[in-house]
Amino acid sequence: MVGSYINTHKFLSGFSSSSLYLFIAHLLSLNNPVLQLFFSYFKDLVGKEVTVELKNDLAIRGILHSVDQYLNIKLEHTRVVDQDKYPHMLSVRNCFIRGSVVRYVQLPPDGVDVDLLHDATRREARGG
Amino acid sequence: MSTGPGLESLVDRMDVYCASYPLDLCFSCVVIMENFVLILFCLSTETISVITNDGRNIVGVLKGFDQATNIILDESHERVYSTRVEGVQQLVLGLYIIRGDNISIVGELDEELDSNLDLSKLRAHPLKPVIH
Repeated sequence: MVGSYINTHKFLSGFSSSSLYLFIAHLLSLNNPVLQLFFSYFKDLVGKEVTVELKNDLAIRGILHSVDQYLNIKLEHTRVVDQDKYPHMLSVRNCFIRGSVVRYVQLPPDGVDVDLLHDATRREARGG
Repeated sequence: MSTGPGLESLVDRMDVYCASYPLDLCFSCVVIMENFVLILFCLSTETISVITNDGRNIVGVLKGFDQATNIILDESHERVYSTRVEGVQQLVLGLYIIRGDNISIVGELDEELDSNLDLSKLRAHPLKPVIH
């Protein structure tokens, strides 16, 4: 599970049939390998608690439920970090955050395997 | 109410429009196709709270959505936050379509928590607009 964000890419690069590859690449937005890497990375974080800071300065903490290819994020058991200043989401416990408005995602300390990410980014830099 | 297509055909379709399906088929769904995960936040007939890029908060019943997060809301109203004495004002909007580009957050409104909320006593500055 931990290494699956690397393995997905390795698995897909094994396809030599160009049409099949293009089809899957289209589905996965593989034309942007960096995006694909982060998509896979976030999929591995599912179930962990993250804090999402938005481009309107709102910060929401919750359990990562799912993520899609646009890096839209679905959080469960959410609470706004500064609830006194931002009471706008007091009655919201599950939410969907559009990927385009995310500024930062603060990760749990055990959610980052630095060595694994180093390897993956080096592999991307070499071109697969 | 007519019976709609089966669950399989619902999941098979990429463009799921909740509004066209009967209520009993409504479910919170994540459609997984191969490794392609498309979050379909299907909560139709659920009350949702939408925060738009310009900081507005619109509450209504989700009737439909698509891949671009365009959203159709019914019986919607806007909650206008201010620090004035009267607290949160509610403006009736009715049936609304919100273009996905303008949406930042779609939250599932917990009816119980919401009914315990005294909007007239809630004071806050309006949310800042999203700056890309």
